[in-house]
Formats: sequence, structure tokens, C-alpha cells
Amino acid sequence: MAKKEEKVLGMDREKFRMFMGKYGIGVILLIMMVFISIMEPAFRSGSNMVNVATQVSINAMIAYGMCLAITTEGIDLSVGAQLALVSCILGQLISNKGWGIIPAIVVAILVSTAWGTINGFLISKFNMFPFVVTLSTQLIIRGLAQVVSGGQAIPITDTTFKQIYSAKLGPIPFPILVLILATVLMYLVLHWTKFGRYVFAVGDNMQAAIASGVSIIKTKTATYAISGFLAGIAGVIFTAKTASAQSNIGVGYETDAVAACVLGGTSFAGGVTTVPGVLMGIFIIGFIYNGMNLIGIDSYYQSMTKGAVIIGAVLLDMVMNKKNG
Amino acid sequence: MAEEMKKKEEYVLECHGISKAFGGTQALKDVELLVRAGEVHALLGENGAGKSTLMKCIIGLHQQDEGTIQFEGKPYSVKGPVEALNAGISMIHQELNPEPHLSIAETIFLKREDTRGIFLNKKAQNERAEEILRKFDFPHSAKTLMKELTLAQMQMVEIIKAVSCNARLIIMDEPTSSLDSEETEHLFRTIRDLKSKGVAIIYISHRMEEIFEICDHVSVFRDGTYVGERSMEGVTRDELISMMVGRKVENVFPKTDCEIGDVVFKVEGLSGKGFEDISFEVRKGEILGISGLVGSGRSETMRGIFGMDPITAGQMYLEGKEIKIKKPSQAIKQGICMVNEDRKNFGLALHRSIRENMALPTLPLKQKAPLLNKKQEEKDCLDMGKMLTLKAASIEHEAFSLSGGNQQKVVLAKWLLANPKVLILDEPTRGVDVGAKSEIHSLMCEFAAKGMAVIMISSELPEVMGMSDRILIYHEGKINGEVKREEILSGDENQESILRRAFGGK
Ligand SMILES: Nc1ncnc2c1ncn2[C@@H]1O[C@H](COP(=O)(O)OP(=O)(O)OP(=O)(O)O)[C@@H](O)[C@H]1O
Ligand SMILES: [Mg+2]
Repeated sequence: MAKKEEKVLGMDREKFRMFMGKYGIGVILLIMMVFISIMEPAFRSGSNMVNVATQVSINAMIAYGMCLAITTEGIDLSVGAQLALVSCILGQLISNKGWGIIPAIVVAILVSTAWGTINGFLISKFNMFPFVVTLSTQLIIRGLAQVVSGGQAIPITDTTFKQIYSAKLGPIPFPILVLILATVLMYLVLHWTKFGRYVFAVGDNMQAAIASGVSIIKTKTATYAISGFLAGIAGVIFTAKTASAQSNIGVGYETDAVAACVLGGTSFAGGVTTVPGVLMGIFIIGFIYNGMNLIGIDSYYQSMTKGAVIIGAVLLDMVMNKKNG
Repeated sequence: MAEEMKKKEEYVLECHGISKAFGGTQALKDVELLVRAGEVHALLGENGAGKSTLMKCIIGLHQQDEGTIQFEGKPYSVKGPVEALNAGISMIHQELNPEPHLSIAETIFLKREDTRGIFLNKKAQNERAEEILRKFDFPHSAKTLMKELTLAQMQMVEIIKAVSCNARLIIMDEPTSSLDSEETEHLFRTIRDLKSKGVAIIYISHRMEEIFEICDHVSVFRDGTYVGERSMEGVTRDELISMMVGRKVENVFPKTDCEIGDVVFKVEGLSGKGFEDISFEVRKGEILGISGLVGSGRSETMRGIFGMDPITAGQMYLEGKEIKIKKPSQAIKQGICMVNEDRKNFGLALHRSIRENMALPTLPLKQKAPLLNKKQEEKDCLDMGKMLTLKAASIEHEAFSLSGGNQQKVVLAKWLLANPKVLILDEPTRGVDVGAKSEIHSLMCEFAAKGMAVIMISSELPEVMGMSDRILIYHEGKINGEVKREEILSGDENQESILRRAFGGK
């Protein structure tokens, strides 16, 4: 019985699979954009695109940190709480203590980076599960945020601070510049540095990485420190956007970040991710929110759609990249 | 008509015109394989010739692009190993893939569990497993977890599993690659027993002696094509090799004598789990062979030296200075490198590219700038790949897409690139074909000649005897004798005398 490979879209099935494995996420993104454009032409406008890119910049920072953590076979659930802590520190220092913007931002980001480092150290030194560690530190961090803010929202009226979200270089808002910079840096870090190689090696096969002389403690600690640092930047942008420091913000932000990573082909088994993929994942999430708002669909359907799209994308990915044992 | 029927009956398995491609790589091109009932059929070919791929097509892990398979005279097509098993075909895989948290019993009965209603009948299952293990003189109970076993023991479990499910055709893809002579002998007894019961066996191995000992017919593949079939009676080793390689492989053990210099590395009274009071030294330019049964403490000693397991007593000296090694990174920094026998767990990041794998240990050494110098890295990898006759479409491909022997070459490459002072090789040529083996052996001599000290563990006696300047023989965690190259060349020492020491004799 001859088993001829059937053709899909004029390609060999094998070729089609390799193509979708590589570019599948881009194809999904395009289909989505076309679909939303047809439903709502306003979606296509340049100003809306800039709008989406500005909005996703916050999730993007978190997602980049998250993709590092997932690639080392971990996860960072503390990012949402980090956002809140950074926000409260900024509010307290700028509005109540009268600090300058720059020192306040530096301190806030240092704190979030320190928490990331603590996460990484606990995970690597004591070989604890990342899920458990970050689930717990998340509680501590959010508690701290409440302590710092005294449980109340602190408005930040400083106009220069608000500029962080609204200032533009030509037509491009500042958050987009941050997004571009972070994307380029992440790409370099992952694919052009020793550290990036270590992240992949540790995530794919920790034993082999150790036997090759890679330090697990250094690699994982740095990974979570970077995640904390990026969450700090996200916190700054977020606080500038809302112009108010609150301890209850950022709830559920880790979900969107994980979603972007998974959509972008980051494997929970570790060792596999790409920066362009995650970036596209970030935009898919952004378009789901934006597109459905434009079309006028209720927010609970947005959440449902997000869930469905993620499952669909992961299923597709599994079918396309069916591991040849 | 009757004639034709009879001819059909003769073969249990007939594969005709099988082709299979992975993306751009044509792994199999129109190959044949005919296996008679109750025979042991060898499948021979260089690394990457397509042997494992054909076997995976047979048990349904891959689907062939073209071609037909008949089993016991009927058209046969399965979607996966479970279906294949139900049809009567089981397989011992080249790359072991144990679930570390399962017990031996659970591994043996995986996907065919003993159930009572919806509940597992653990007790009965354990009892049955114990019984099977006893038949093989297996040294552990059925409740032992897989992760506590050595590589050789995992391989034995895999063998036991495959032969215990009453298959009528058993595929053995390099079953002995991590076994010692005693365990291999045990496997051969099992094979003869199965044969007498009419079970057919496809036997893949790069060890020619084994093929001559146990097989009836041999089919040879080269570069994914079928070269031919021979009866083992009347065929010579050279003929098979030239069918395989397409040329003659001159010297099997191309040992060159080079000048042996000062002591580079010395250990005194080293003890740890599985070895006790080990003392030896190795000199510049010397190849020190280490022989002994699997589990005699050879690998354990080397893992200890390399910092993978704790050492409880003893000292190590490198170039006269005492050194302490607690983890592999320290060993590598000092210039001591080790090729682990277990390439899957300690050798490769399978989902990363060949390039990334090869470059990993030498990153701190060679990449000083903030950004990687990928040009230089590529050149190093390509050069080393060429030296080791690595067969890969590109160094950007993931390691898992390589054939077993080629994966082994990547592991070797990664450590040869580090150019260490002391190179420890634990089964360096596991699963490597004859031609490439002799290339690797020449490379070992070349590196030794440049002043490296090489320590080589091998379960293949001819390899240790052919390549070493000196051989240490292990028995139950201790060194039980030392043999010099001159003594082998003069005939004072031979295979028997070494084996005798490995079993504890004098
Ligand atoms: N999953 C895969 N993806 C891509 N290429 C593959 C895959 N599996 C095998 N190949 C390619 O197919 C060819 C044949 O590989 P195969 O594993 O069958 O060789 P082999 O004869 O078993 O070699 P060895 O003696 O080294 O085990 C090789 O070139 C290999 O790179
Ligand atoms: Mg193979």
C-alpha cells in the first residue's frame, strides 16, 4: 500500500509543515489583521496601529522576561505584583517624598530587579520549582506594594512623568521606542551572547549544560533578574500611563505574557524560543483586545477569545511540529 | 501458484521500495529488506545510512513516503509502536528514552498494563516483572526506579521489555552499544533461544564481531540506498566493509607510537561511590585505556574526577600541582574534559543546533567579546565536523535530526574543540561506524602526539587493546592489574588474560 504524501496548498505536506512550523505564527497574525480589517476598516489606520503598539509595549516588556524564564524551563508569576510594587514606589517617592523622576525610577527598577534576583537565586540555588517560588514571592511583593502605598492610590501629577507614556519622537510615542530597543536588545542577548546560549542549553538539557561547564546558578539568577528588570520598566510605563500609583494593578498580567510567549513558539519543555515569535505573539494579544474593542464586543468575550486563540495556536503548533521521535 | 505461496511464506517481513525524506534530507531511497522467519538478520551501514529510519517506518514512528511493507504475508501498515506491538513487532531503540520516575515493572509493562477493571493490578504486574527479571539475572528488583539504573542496565531493561512481549519480530537497534562482553553474551543466549522459538530478529550493530557471531543474513545500506544482501556464511569482513563504505578501510586501529612525556595528571587513593582507593597517572602523549565490566567503577571514577559526583577521599594532581574539582566547570577551566558515555542525558541539548552544541563548553575560552564571533565559530565547527566525518545537512540543524552515530560525533567534537590537557573519553565510539571509528582513533593519536593525555574507557576489548599504551583493568571498584602495550604486542597478555582480571582473577 503506497502512502503518497498528500499535497496541502500546492506544497508537500512535509514542506508545508516546516513552513508553518517556522512562520505559522506570522500567518495567524496576518489572517487576524485581514479579518479585523474587513470587520472594521478603522483598524487599518496608521493611528490605530501606533495606538496598539503603544499599548502592547507594557505586556511586551513582561513577555520578554517571561520568555527567558520559560526557556530555562521555568516561569515568572511575580511580574504582575512587581508592576504594582514599582508603581507604588514611584508614587510614594515622586508625589509624597518629592523625589526627582530619574532617581525615583532608578530606585523602583532596582527594587524590581532585586526581587527578580531573589527569585532566580531561590530557584537555582535550592532547586525549587519556579512556579512555587514566584507564586510565593508574588504574594510578598504585592503585600509590600500595599505597605509602600499605605493601601491607597497615590495620584502622580508631575507632567514630565506622564510624558513617559505620551511624549513622541516625530510620530512615534516613547513607549514604542522602548519596545523597539527592548526587542533589539533581547534579540542580541538571546542569539548573539554567551548568556543566550547558556539559557538555551540549560533549558533544553540542564544535566548536559552542567557537564559542559555552564553555571546553573548564574544563568537562572540572571534570567529572573532580567525578568524583574523588564517588569520594572513595564511598571514605569504603566504608572506613567495611568498617572497614579496603585497596589492592585497588574493582576493577571502574567497570563498575557505567558500567552504571548506560547503563541510565539516558546516551549514549556524549555530550550526553544525566538524573539520575533514572541513579538508576534505580543501583537496577536494586542490585536485581540484592540480589534474586539473596535468591533464593539464585550470584554468578557475578549477573554474567552484569548483563551481559544491560545489553545488553537498551541494545537496547531503541535500538529505542525509533530516531534519525530 | 503454490510455488509463489511458498515463497511468500518464507519471509516474515518484506519491505519493498521504501523511500523517506525529512525536509530536504533523503534518508531512504527505494530500499529493500527481506527477513526470513526464525533468522537473525543483520542490517549494516554507515552512520546516517538510514537504518534506524527504516526501523521506525516499520513500527510506525515514521510513515514512509513510498513503498510497501508486508508482515507474515499480509499487507501491513501501523500508526505507532502500540499498534506494531499488537501486530507482533517490538523494537529496542538505539536512543534510550526511559521515564526516570517509573519503576522497572512499570517500564516493562508500559502501555500494556495489567489491569483489573479500571484499576492497575500492581501486585501481579510486579510479580510478573520479577519473574522476567530473574530469567535475565537482573541485579535489581522490579520496583527499582529507572533513574537509579546505569546506562547499561537501562539498556538491559529495554531489551527485556522488547523480548518479553511475545513479538514474532524483534528489532534490535544497536542493543549492545553500552553493554560489556558478559551482558552481550547474555543477550546472545536470549537471541538464540528466541530464534529456536521461530522469532525473527533484525539486528543493527557497528560491531562486526557480533554480526559474524549471531547473524544469518546481512543487508547493507549506503547513503539511504540498498546495496545488497548476503548470507553470513562465506562473506568476509572486508567485503562487508567495502559494501558499506564504498571503499576499503585500511587500518582498523591506526595506533601510532608517539613520544610519551612527563606525567600530566595523577590521582592518589581516590574513593567515591562505586570506586575505592584508585591511584594512577597518565603522561603527555599517552593513551591510557580502562577496561573492566560495566558497573566496575570505571565511569564512576571518571565522573568523580570531572566533578560530576562527589569524591570522598584522595588527591588529584595536574602537572604536579594538587587540584580540587567540585564541579565540571572547574575541571574544564583546569583543562580536564570528559566525553560522557550517556550522550542523551549528559552530552547533547537535542533541540539546539549542532553548532550550539559543539561550541558550548568552549564559549568562555573562545568568545571574549560581548557579542559572539559566529564566523570563527562556524569555521571551527565545520573543520571539526569534517575531521570526524560528520554527516549533517548543515550545522544549523538540530542535534536530534542526526543519526545516533553522528550525534556521538558532535559530542566528541565539542570536547576536541576545547583542546584540553587531559581528555577523558567514556565509550568514545559508541554507535560509530567502522570507517568513522578509525578516523576517530587516528584523531586520538594525533591529539596525543600534540601532547594531550588521553584516558579512554571502552567496553570493546579490541578497541582498548588496539589503542592504548597502557591498560588499567577494573574489578568491583578497584584496579586489578595493569597491562602494557608491549605485553600485548609480544603476546604475553591477550583478551583472555584481560577478561580474567576483569572478573577478579590474577
Ligand atoms: N527526525 C529527523 N529529522 C531530520 N532528519 C532526520 C531525522 N531522523 C533521521 N534523519 C536523517 O536521516 C538520515 C538517516 O538517519 P538514521 O538515523 O536512519 O541513520 P542510521 O543508519 O540509523 O545511523 P546510525 O548508525 O548513526 O544510527 C540521517 O542523515 C539523519 O540526519
Ligand atoms: Mg541509527
